[in-house]
Amino acid sequence: MTAPVFSAVLGRDLRLAARRRVDALLPIAFFAVAVSLFPLGVGPEPNTLRQIAPGVLWVCALLAAMLSVTQLYAGDQADGSLEQMLLAGGSGTVAALPVAIAKAMSHWLLTGLPLVLVAPLFGVMFDLSGRSIAALCASLLLGTPILSLLGNLGAALTLGVRNGGVLLILLIVPLCIPALIFGSGAVSAVETGSSARGHFSLLGALFITTGLLAPIATAAALRIATE
Amino acid sequence: MAETRFFTYASPPRFYALAGKLIPWFWTAAVLLAYAGLYIGFFKAPTDATQGDAYRIIFIHVPAAWMSMVLYLVMAFWAAIGWAFNARLASMVARALAPTGAMFTFVALWSGALWGKPTWGTWWVWDARLTSELILLFLYLGYMALVNAIDDTRRADQAGALLAVIGSVNVPIIYFSVKWWNTLHQGATISATAAPKMVATMLTAMLLMTLACWAYAFAVVFTRTRAIIAERERDAKWLNGGTA
Amino acid sequence: MTMSTHPVTTHRENAAPVLATEALACRRGARVLFTDLSLAVHPGQVVWVRGANGQGKTSLLRLLAGLSRPEAGRIAHESGRERVYVGHANALKDDLTVAESLRFLSRLHGFDTGADALDAALHRFGLHSRRQAPVRTLSQGQRRRVALARLCLAPAEALWLLDEPFDALDAEGVQALNALLAEHAARGGSVLLTSHVPLTLNSPVPITLQLGEVA
Repeated sequence: MTAPVFSAVLGRDLRLAARRRVDALLPIAFFAVAVSLFPLGVGPEPNTLRQIAPGVLWVCALLAAMLSVTQLYAGDQADGSLEQMLLAGGSGTVAALPVAIAKAMSHWLLTGLPLVLVAPLFGVMFDLSGRSIAALCASLLLGTPILSLLGNLGAALTLGVRNGGVLLILLIVPLCIPALIFGSGAVSAVETGSSARGHFSLLGALFITTGLLAPIATAAALRIATE
Repeated sequence: MAETRFFTYASPPRFYALAGKLIPWFWTAAVLLAYAGLYIGFFKAPTDATQGDAYRIIFIHVPAAWMSMVLYLVMAFWAAIGWAFNARLASMVARALAPTGAMFTFVALWSGALWGKPTWGTWWVWDARLTSELILLFLYLGYMALVNAIDDTRRADQAGALLAVIGSVNVPIIYFSVKWWNTLHQGATISATAAPKMVATMLTAMLLMTLACWAYAFAVVFTRTRAIIAERERDAKWLNGGTA
Repeated sequence: MTMSTHPVTTHRENAAPVLATEALACRRGARVLFTDLSLAVHPGQVVWVRGANGQGKTSLLRLLAGLSRPEAGRIAHESGRERVYVGHANALKDDLTVAESLRFLSRLHGFDTGADALDAALHRFGLHSRRQAPVRTLSQGQRRRVALARLCLAPAEALWLLDEPFDALDAEGVQALNALLAEHAARGGSVLLTSHVPLTLNSPVPITLQLGEVA
């Protein structure tokens, strides 16, 4: 019973995004603009930029992911689609689980994955070495799903609440800090020549833990929000 | 039965009455304990060999930091109880705890800064403990913002409970990651200021201040809970002079 | 304000109820909408829930659909019996076509998604010619028809919970829905609906459930 719900919701979200391609690319545009602000604010000295690059790129990716997550459920709640999706799985928190997972997946495919693909370009702009850029992509590949899962949780918690967007960022960004630390730390480590194995192991562990726990919490939050 | 007596005070009217009687005692205890603790800490405890007199701020910093962390867990606990058992009072207590917890976090932060200034020369340093306290402050503010933003009280309580539980699970993860980050970037030079070796008088002062903080917390949280009860049950007969 | 309602007397009581409630109470925010509501819906019945605005008609339907939990009381629904809820909102996305929307909603609930079944449903409500049109281009009445078309795809003896289904429908739409309701009841399905517009359904005669003030 859960498989049709998951694939139906995911398929629909992807199809809707395909119809509004410009909207889907806005988070990437934000990422580009935000990243470009740092050389302007800090100065173009290559050594400085190389040093701050892991942190800057990761923080901007985090913010881009958070900004695009606010609208995840709002439209569906307004037109009644969310009710139908929640009903489809039966009643109770477990029923909301396929919806939560599908939404996190669609957010990652539409925002997280593009960030991973676009990041090398900006890594070059900050004069990162090839190995660092590879580490950047790898860390974002593990990290952006975590951001999508946590952002998803925030969106469900703040569903229909006024100033939901800013509130969501206040709530969820502290929870994203470990991912930020391990992710940007991995890139810094590679850039300075040391091993990033510890960072990646921790990031991987975080990915697994978040993947197991966040959807359940999101399902509970969806139930609370639609009671 | 013992069970009846325990849950008797789970009803808002009875809690309201009991708390009203206890609050003055808590305040008295808080003031006396704080006076004693601060007197011993600031005047009686010996001067430290390495840090001089500046270390004395720990008698405020450490109890405040400890309270900030414990109160978060207590808040999450009562919020979860309120959610799981639909217990109104538990949810109200959780909401009442948040501002006090946030206040202790804030006190821990600026007392940490005051400690840092004479010791390492700057008002702020990004060491693991202070940074974790800062993130804890954000967690408190997030909780308060969320329960405030949702108009429906039951939904607000439930969403807040979920957030507080998630926060509790995350606090150890965040603390670990911040420690990791700190050791990577700062190295041994700017590490967390270590408390001096604790002599008996210092421990006494610390204990007294901790108890003072607890008494203060009870006094303030009970007062705030009564205010929340009064606000939520304002149409109830028992508040307006009728019987429970 | 909040009053208890009489238990709904039903014919066809030999059949087990599809849905029954016992002392159901509903709260919305700080207001208690109704208490001590006991009703039973049997196969082949159409129950019309009436009441003034704000009496809790939508809240009752949401409770019965399983979207929210009651303040007090129990809801017992026959296991294995499908419940189809069509809320006041249409659950349609502007950017999907009529056919895509219907296929999504059907697939979501595990209903029939075969092309023939979808076509038949659209024909039923006179929408087949607009099947490739984006929902954005439809009028309110047409969107309502799309939302209702889903009922044709649900399992035969399901319980339908419909919130203001006749809203925005023109005469043809009302006729189509009436025919559908009659057919559904005749083959053993059941319906519980709200409508502030008087029902023109003749068979079966709807049973009225009045929420609201009792002297």
